[in-house]
Amino acid sequence: MQKEEKQMKDTIEIRWHGRGGQGAKTAALLLADVAFKTGKYVQGFPEYGPERMGAPITAYNRISTSPITIHSNIYYPDFVAVVDDSLLEAIDVTHGLKSEGAIVINTQLPKEEVVKHLRGYEGKVVTLDARKISVEALGKYYPNSPMLAAMVAVSGVMEKETFLKEMKASFEHKFAKKPEVIEGNMKALELTFEAIQTD
Amino acid sequence: MAIRERLSGNEAVAYAIKQINPDVMPAFPITPSTEIPQYVANYIANGEVDTEFIHVESEHSAMSAALGASAAGARTLTATSSCGMALMWEELYVAASDRLPIVLALVNRALTGPININADHSDSMGARDAGWIQIYAESNQEVYDNFLQAFPIAEHKDVRLPIMICQDGFITSHGVENILLTEDEKVKELVGEYCPEHYLLNTKEPMAVGPYAVSNYYMETKRAQRQAMLNAKKVILEVAAKYEALTGRKYGFFESYCMEDAEYAIVIIGSAAGTCKAAINKIRETTGKKVGLVKIRVFRPFPEEELAEALKGMKAIAVMDRSEMFSATSGPLGAEVRAALYSAKSQAELVNYFYGLGGRDITVEDFEQVYERLENIAETHEIPDMYDYIGLRSKGEEK
Repeated sequence: MQKEEKQMKDTIEIRWHGRGGQGAKTAALLLADVAFKTGKYVQGFPEYGPERMGAPITAYNRISTSPITIHSNIYYPDFVAVVDDSLLEAIDVTHGLKSEGAIVINTQLPKEEVVKHLRGYEGKVVTLDARKISVEALGKYYPNSPMLAAMVAVSGVMEKETFLKEMKASFEHKFAKKPEVIEGNMKALELTFEAIQTD
Repeated sequence: MAIRERLSGNEAVAYAIKQINPDVMPAFPITPSTEIPQYVANYIANGEVDTEFIHVESEHSAMSAALGASAAGARTLTATSSCGMALMWEELYVAASDRLPIVLALVNRALTGPININADHSDSMGARDAGWIQIYAESNQEVYDNFLQAFPIAEHKDVRLPIMICQDGFITSHGVENILLTEDEKVKELVGEYCPEHYLLNTKEPMAVGPYAVSNYYMETKRAQRQAMLNAKKVILEVAAKYEALTGRKYGFFESYCMEDAEYAIVIIGSAAGTCKAAINKIRETTGKKVGLVKIRVFRPFPEEELAEALKGMKAIAVMDRSEMFSATSGPLGAEVRAALYSAKSQAELVNYFYGLGGRDITVEDFEQVYERLENIAETHEIPDMYDYIGLRSKGEEK
């Protein structure tokens, strides 16, 4: 029974809020992927309903050093990522979020503005301008790469160097015929780590 | 060495199909099983398998084409969910009575009314009398392992029955988890070449498949189907033993978890069993209460005697159904377990709970509550409601 106790403590649970088409589900699956490569037990799963472009969606991650058998959604996450700040008014994004955890929000608004919508959440709040980073690195707005890097930086689920190495390998695999995209995505990840550190 | 991977349940089934390289796959897309034919189509386009994919205009046609292909002597499979399987209804029965070893990758989803795309066992449970073998999975690993065992079971000469390999829609089909894949050569060793004894394309043995059966023949056909189901019990265990020898992963009719000293048991099917296991670990750790789980893997044929034996000596049992059958007395699993316990003259208290209909989530806390209820029932010998719900909102309760 001791083994299972260890499992509970060693499991990190993450909830992603986004809008259909923004890549919140992809970010959750990518995080599962990269954590798997570092030897972890992982789950990455979306919550499905009648989704369409622009509708609020939720996705989840469990990352653990032991096998995971739970198949329910996550109600008391350690970390939350909000990919679109227009969700802040519509959804209680900090619901169940542990106060010793953190929330990462993609926004261009000052943190003081964002905090007003967090219903008195007492934990750490991190804001990130994923649009600025994505446009600078890729010339287009894809929030999921910066948000993924931000979640790794904030949750400490793995070392920055390990993360970047694994992401580079998976981009090289995914975009074998579009090397310019690999460079842009890697730049987006790097810029995010810089932004989070100087926050 | 097994191959460490992380795959969704749908990817895992598609990968198993790739490793098996079956002859024919007619399929029509429906959520949440669509990805399976999609991945297989990719494998075909990339030349990784030489399976013939038949694009059909409906699931009725998909199963009809499967009947034709299988009768001709081809190793045949398809994939579907929910209403897609409902549209196959007529052909499901034909596949079983014609004794065609078709494999159906079923991604369980609620049947419409109201329309819903999420996990629920109403599709396969509705088809439980169709004469198909049914095997269910808790995880991506299990659905993959079950799928690799499907053809050897279905094609065995003492069985020759169609088989559905079920997994919970979205929960496992779209959830990415760690998985151990079996090496290609071991899959080949297990699955082998399909050499049917009798088949339509055999010019040396002209025959008819599925002709009219007058009253003078029909009943014997049904008796023969039952015999095949009885034989399947032995073959399912033989194939599982062979699989264990190849991979080290052990399977039976069901999995008993913490049942050695258990006094209170839950009987359940599918992905929720994993959540129940976490509840058991937590309860045993914090209170030492003797709680256990029996997770049904094989629902058809139903392992009646074995299950009654596994549940022997329980003070109270909760059978949990993820589909309704509106008998107004129990759910499909509830009825089977009650019958099994009656045959074994069991005196255990038994309740039947409905949960997870149309994808309603079930949590560790929900299972803790079920065990608490069982304890109360055992103490008071009073069952407030034989036929109750977990996670059902009461009037006025917030959504």
